[in-house]
Amino acid sequence: MEVVMRADAKVRVESGTESSPRGPGCSLRHFACEQNLLSRPDGSASFLQGDTSVLAGVYGPAEVKVSKEIFNKATLEVILRPKIGLPGVAEKSQERLIRNTCEAVVLGALHPRTSITVVLQVVSDAGSLLACCLNAACMALVDAGVPMRALFCGVTCALDSDGNLLLDPTAKQEKARAVLTFALDSVEQKLLMSTTKGLYSDAELQQCLAAAQAASQHIFRFYRESLQRRYSKS
Amino acid sequence: MKETPLSNCERRFLLRAIEEKKRLDGRQTYDYRNIRISFGTDYGCCIVELGKTRVLGQVSCELVSPKLNRATEGILFFNLELSQMAAPAFEPGRQSDLLVKLNRLLERCLRNSKCIDTESLCVIAGEKVWQIRVDLHLLNHDGNIIDAASIAAIVALCHFRRPDVSVQGEEVTLYTPEERDPVPLSIHHMPICVSFAFFQKGTYLLVDPSEREERVMDGLLVIAMNKHREICTIQSSGGIMLLKDQVSALTSVPVRTGHFSEVFKDYLVTKRH
Repeated sequence: MEVVMRADAKVRVESGTESSPRGPGCSLRHFACEQNLLSRPDGSASFLQGDTSVLAGVYGPAEVKVSKEIFNKATLEVILRPKIGLPGVAEKSQERLIRNTCEAVVLGALHPRTSITVVLQVVSDAGSLLACCLNAACMALVDAGVPMRALFCGVTCALDSDGNLLLDPTAKQEKARAVLTFALDSVEQKLLMSTTKGLYSDAELQQCLAAAQAASQHIFRFYRESLQRRYSKS
Repeated sequence: MKETPLSNCERRFLLRAIEEKKRLDGRQTYDYRNIRISFGTDYGCCIVELGKTRVLGQVSCELVSPKLNRATEGILFFNLELSQMAAPAFEPGRQSDLLVKLNRLLERCLRNSKCIDTESLCVIAGEKVWQIRVDLHLLNHDGNIIDAASIAAIVALCHFRRPDVSVQGEEVTLYTPEERDPVPLSIHHMPICVSFAFFQKGTYLLVDPSEREERVMDGLLVIAMNKHREICTIQSSGGIMLLKDQVSALTSVPVRTGHFSEVFKDYLVTKRH
């Protein structure tokens, strides 16, 4: 019997008012995750961050075309589909970033000459899309039972013109001076991937990275809680 | 990835069960699976679940120059994508036949039936019209893609609001949602596709085939109808031969089409935007 688990979390680094989605300073938007919602993929997950929602499906380890096979490890493929229009260059570059992150954690050597495909569908985009895609991909890989050396999560920071740091920015807040997205692993919060856009100083980069590492703790705690809730029922 | 072949014993089992009027999920011959419609945060975004088949629909609009031979009409563009998530066999190069067939059927059902008033999409005749783009993504394939896709398309179109415009001579002012409330599209009627699968050369018939049933079927008849029992499109594929009486008997079966419109109204009323 499939068990569909819905886990919700309201995370605040600082307390904020209930009317606004986040308080002053750094805090993440409300996030939610649902696993095993599609019957065909081996693993699937839907991750919501505020109004941004991404659906991920994983097939694997499965048959791979001879042209794409790697003799000693699994071939990882990531496909990102936008909601409107055909996928373009921006999607290709985001796919590459997600693939590099997944390749760093997935134990491909356990499944040589197979393919692991992660398909991501943008359901709604309200800022921090890449981070949401990373989180959805991680939850879907866990749901599929793909062996990994660590979990990973994505965190986006925006630096506005006054130098204020905003975690998990909305679409409007992403029009800031600089937007940085990091992928962090769960074991030691090490940096797996970073992509940045805009102008920022070295000190600001360290500041953002530290804030992202602190926020990632909350996300990993949320992963753990939602998985515990899911498996304690069955 | 290649499609896993259907084993002979599974095929025999399904056909024998259909002969005995039994379906794998316990439905009757004319029973539809449960339909669940949920909406997203943007206007024109909806997800339709027909049993386990899941389709995401999104409508968007853009001001463009009209087609030369239709200078006073807006443009409707439909795009159904079979995402690789839906089934392992849906690889980018591999599903062109099915994709073309589904897209064409969707176009005939929605564009040729004139359910959307394209004249109302005209802003300046000959220069600026609205192009309404409907993107549908199949997320999970458990049979009967066309029905789920047609429901998603028409529900998303009903849910969609385009920005308000005002024209003064040659100047067009586009208002943001904050300045003026967005305007819904003008929709005359809501056509939906209903699929009938035929087995054993037309002897047995099932409504809303699931994925396993689709694998063993001989032919498929798709009828697009609205709640006024007006037929928008009929398509028969697979080479099964049907009598005229059989087809007209089937067109009266989707009494459920009236039911669908009720379902939509409920959802649209509860979604107060």
